[in-house]
Amino acid sequence: MKRKISKKLAIIMAMVFMFSIIAGCGGDTKTPEKTDPKAATDKIKVGLNVELSGGAATYGTDARDGALLAIEQINAAGGILGKQLEPVVRDNKSAADEAMTISSALVGEKIVAQIGPLTSGDVAGSTPIMMEKKIPLIAPAATAVNVTVDEKTQKVRDYIFRVCFIDPFQGTLMAQFAANDMQAKTAVIYKDTSTDYAKGLAEYFKKTFEEKGGKIVAEEGFVKDDRDFKAVLTKIKNLKPDFIYVPGYYQEVAPLIKQARDLGITATIGGCDGWVSDDLVKVAGAANLNNTFFTTDFSAEDKDEKVVKFVNDFKAKYNKSPNSFNALGFDAAQMLAQAIKDAGEAQPEKIKDALAKIKDFVGVTGKMSIDASHNPIKAGVIVEYKDGKHVMKTRIQP
Amino acid sequence: MQGSGKIGGRLIAEVAAVAALFMLGQFLISTGMLEQYYQIILTSMCINIILAVSLSLINGFTGQLSLGHAGFMAVGAYASVVMTNRLDLPFIIGILAACLGAALAGFIIGVPTLRLKGDYLAIATLGFGEIIRVVLQNIDYVGGPSGIMGIEKYTTWAWLFASTILTLVVIVNLINSSYGRAIISVREDEVAAELMGINTTRYKVIAFVVGAMFAGLAGALYAHYFYIIKPESFTFMKSFDILVMVVLGGLGSTTGAVIAAIFVTALTAFLQSFPAIRMILYALILIIVMIYRPQGLMGNKEIGRKTLARLWGGKR
Repeated sequence: MKRKISKKLAIIMAMVFMFSIIAGCGGDTKTPEKTDPKAATDKIKVGLNVELSGGAATYGTDARDGALLAIEQINAAGGILGKQLEPVVRDNKSAADEAMTISSALVGEKIVAQIGPLTSGDVAGSTPIMMEKKIPLIAPAATAVNVTVDEKTQKVRDYIFRVCFIDPFQGTLMAQFAANDMQAKTAVIYKDTSTDYAKGLAEYFKKTFEEKGGKIVAEEGFVKDDRDFKAVLTKIKNLKPDFIYVPGYYQEVAPLIKQARDLGITATIGGCDGWVSDDLVKVAGAANLNNTFFTTDFSAEDKDEKVVKFVNDFKAKYNKSPNSFNALGFDAAQMLAQAIKDAGEAQPEKIKDALAKIKDFVGVTGKMSIDASHNPIKAGVIVEYKDGKHVMKTRIQP
Repeated sequence: MQGSGKIGGRLIAEVAAVAALFMLGQFLISTGMLEQYYQIILTSMCINIILAVSLSLINGFTGQLSLGHAGFMAVGAYASVVMTNRLDLPFIIGILAACLGAALAGFIIGVPTLRLKGDYLAIATLGFGEIIRVVLQNIDYVGGPSGIMGIEKYTTWAWLFASTILTLVVIVNLINSSYGRAIISVREDEVAAELMGINTTRYKVIAFVVGAMFAGLAGALYAHYFYIIKPESFTFMKSFDILVMVVLGGLGSTTGAVIAAIFVTALTAFLQSFPAIRMILYALILIIVMIYRPQGLMGNKEIGRKTLARLWGGKR
């Protein structure tokens, strides 16, 4: 009987112990905010909810590097409103559910705003938390239209912003370039039909090009992992278009361009930021890429003063040339700093209002103003391939 | 043998304990004592428990190495979201559609593949899991590669708790039934089982369909908590994550699967503070556990009524 009682006692003790641990966990995170309000006020905490592992790891790591460089520079220059920015970096494993968990953890850490995630899907995972807790989110590179606007209700998501341009804009940009700068009258669209991204680009290219008086003589498609494009290219060759628009990713675009040039197609070929990769030059060949152009939001070859400084600073810190994700991460952090300054106080609600009012903010990806749908209105860059090298051709204002 | 009164009493005590656990959770959540962050982790834990326990039925008890569990989860997630989000039907219909859809998918996949053994079955299920994902990627109605966003948050603590308990009760009872013994005999020695007159394929299919059904349930709960579903969330990596829990817990132990699901979820959450080396530490801890406990945390042992009873009141 005695043994029985002591066992029961042991179990009860164990349970009490477990509950006290659980209760303790809850208490721990709450105590600092109440007892230590000063610690929260000398530093402004900024959450970085980025993809450091998983499928989108390179994007997340690049944007983080850019954002950290911006924060370092801001702090070196005395911070904002006399306070230093404190980045809190967390890995969301390139998963939407994890992005949500991370956001709630960051909210628990009393961040005033969150930078990231990078992909549209991960931003969507994080969105409900940010909306519920009323903390602004700046997406560096989420390009899907419905990131900032609810598809069903057509309502703008108050706390969600981005610094990159949305998918359709690149198509518009390239059409303007083809019609105005290249004087193209006829064009063929040869698009990747397996992504929403390429389909959206093609749609807006067509719309703008036709508005400018151009004619789309044919629309062809390929799918992911296609490697042989000769049949369609032969057909395109006979149509003799002035311009060929190829929205897609470099894996397919590289052999496509090589085969087009091998068949003797000399027309100008235009593309999008999905082209950006060193592999494009390796597979397509430097000579074949002459007379091809693509749209992007950043070029390290840009001779703009601010960009040159950014490129040099970036090289000094990370020992490599920055890409557009680095630049977008940098701009996201800079824009947030600007908004905190405009708000006059590091308070999420006020930062949100300031972000919505951002006007003529000069970032390394161009001068931008936030529009009513929380998208930036900014210039795009047209980059030309010259003997395998990126040469910045022009910057086009929308 | 025990008298029926005793069994009835025990049942009442168990139900009371479960109800108390539920009330405790509900109390902590509704009073806000459990912060949102911990609520999300708790949700992940429940979903992972359902996934791990259902996969453990297939992998642990039936001994069939299936790598397509994320595929069934995807079917459940999409089926339920089509019901609630696209057709505006109540959540319960979504849950039922998820369970039925996943069970059906499990049946369609199980019948031809469960005639295969070992590595062949693993590859076939892996392939089917991927097919489900790629098919979803190409249906524009469910958003194609970008998936569905803005799913209503219907998954409450009550749904989560009830689903987890339901999964445990059904699977534990199945294992302890005559079906369960047949299923375990398939794992132990398929030839011997067949000689004893057991229709091995039939029992394998039963285990597979039940496992798939609960994976579908987990998918529905997941979709209605995490706001977005996309085909990319259900790659074979997700299947491996679940498999890790099952193996870590011990093949052939339901309690092991539960403990491992809780352990893995808590570990992932804990490691968030080390973003750069998070996945390295995660893998390292798994390797260490597997070196020191190659049979898994629980081996094939269970913490059941008996263990608890022994702890509580001495011999029984």
